[in-house]
Amino acid sequence: MTVVGYLVNAISLGALYALIAVSVGLVFGVLRQINLAQGEVITFGAYSLWLMRSLPTWLAIVLCFAVCIAASLLLQVAVFRPLRGASALTTLVATFGVSYGLEALWLIIFGPSGNTVSMLTSLNNTVVGGAVALRWITLVEIGAAVVLLGGLLLLLFRTSLGMRMRAVAEDLRAARLVGVRIGQVVTWAFVLSGASAAVVAVLATVQTPLVTPTFGLNLIIFALVGVVLGGLDHLGRATAGGFIVGFVNSLLGSILPEQELVFVTSLTFLFVVVVLVVRPAGLLAPRGADVERV
Amino acid sequence: MSEGADDGHLLVCQEVTVAYAGLRALSAVSLTLDRAEIIGLIGPNGAGKTTLVNAMSGFAPITHGSIQLGGAEISKLSPERRAHRGLARTFQHGRLFGDLSARENVELGAIAVGCSAREARRRTHALLEEIGLLDLAASPASELSHGDQQRVSVARAVVAEPAVLLLDEPAAGLPAEGLGELASLVEHARSARGAGVVVIDHNVEFVLGLSDRVVVLDHGEVLTEGTPAHVRSHAGVAAAYFGTVGSVGTDGTDGTDEAGTRTVPVP
Repeated sequence: MTVVGYLVNAISLGALYALIAVSVGLVFGVLRQINLAQGEVITFGAYSLWLMRSLPTWLAIVLCFAVCIAASLLLQVAVFRPLRGASALTTLVATFGVSYGLEALWLIIFGPSGNTVSMLTSLNNTVVGGAVALRWITLVEIGAAVVLLGGLLLLLFRTSLGMRMRAVAEDLRAARLVGVRIGQVVTWAFVLSGASAAVVAVLATVQTPLVTPTFGLNLIIFALVGVVLGGLDHLGRATAGGFIVGFVNSLLGSILPEQELVFVTSLTFLFVVVVLVVRPAGLLAPRGADVERV
Repeated sequence: MSEGADDGHLLVCQEVTVAYAGLRALSAVSLTLDRAEIIGLIGPNGAGKTTLVNAMSGFAPITHGSIQLGGAEISKLSPERRAHRGLARTFQHGRLFGDLSARENVELGAIAVGCSAREARRRTHALLEEIGLLDLAASPASELSHGDQQRVSVARAVVAEPAVLLLDEPAAGLPAEGLGELASLVEHARSARGAGVVVIDHNVEFVLGLSDRVVVLDHGEVLTEGTPAHVRSHAGVAAAYFGTVGSVGTDGTDGTDEAGTRTVPVP
């Protein structure tokens, strides 16, 4: 593979992690709480694609969106709403528990060996063969990320919902006193977060068709690291952080000799640790910014 | 938008008591506000002025008493529901959304209470023009001067065309020439929609000049109320101010007033 191929693949994985970072960042933005169970929403979406494998592809994808949005809203109602007013740490632990419980549930229902989603497999064909080895899914991931992140920017900066979300993210109490319906804004954040998870579920199952109980967990951990790396308190920076971690991870996987690929994860985390030691508020946060503690 | 209550009063606070950890910040304060009336709320630091506004807007829960807006009890409603019933407020320190532009901050005030985006834009444009901030409309609120932030904060409350407008220190940091613009904004809210206005400010001359009626608070209780002329001639008012200089304001009674010594125009 050529340098161009490495870079495009790295951008593609970065784009996927950026989308996951968005799905986490949207909820964190309005509630200041991290949803560790977001990975399970992705896993649920991926399993739903497998369960609906006999349906037309478009219908299965539409239903995957419905499943992820419903799962996201269920998390809001069953976990975040009862814990309203609790500390961020309490919610963090609660969502960790939910994540662990759901993982066990997937294991019981679907078994440990995994289920293969054979949907949109043609996207794994190469666009350019030979040394570049560029696949369609790589381009689709980049395109989807550009379109969705662009759409999110438009939503946040060109609609009244976006204006309300940005106000709530900045000062929830003042937003309430101005009259912003916080519950409505939070619900929209979970809807958008669920939709982002659905996009990730579809794209990730094309790239890695074997869905296991830890399918979403493996993705969310890297994305969360990226969110912290970029800066937890700013959606744009968190998204960029997700992109950077995906990019670095993919690039390391491409350039390391095969016998050393086992160190990719360790080296990625080492990179993150070094960055956070130097810039505790995040790589992209302004100098002197407060460290967001949860 | 709320209509006036049957008894003619738009807002009625009846024996409102607010206590924090056993300490009374407000003791059985009663107050009525009519449509198109401006009430000035004055008193030395720690008197409970901001606490009363916080209680009205839902920022501070009341421990006793009742608050009615348009005849309906609102003391158990959340702040956002009170805002939707027609109650808008400003904050002592502006409390704008710094990442939002001046225009967005004002627009939000209308959109949050259910105004259409188009109507919110129209009202915002008119208000920003009125207060001379059209040129700075696209600037992030955090980059505005303190005085401009104060004016945007008032515009954000006025744009909702509220039934009741609660202004907490709107003149703080404003230059003398800005006071006239502020007064015209408040007048605009009163005359255009018949809003009742409650205004707190350390600039007592500004409050007395603007108000139809003045309520003086001291130690969480109503000391006196009446016309500005009555308050000017009330001996107890000056005593309340001068008697507390240097000793009240940092005691946290109302928790939000600025500390420090102040002077009051001698009646």
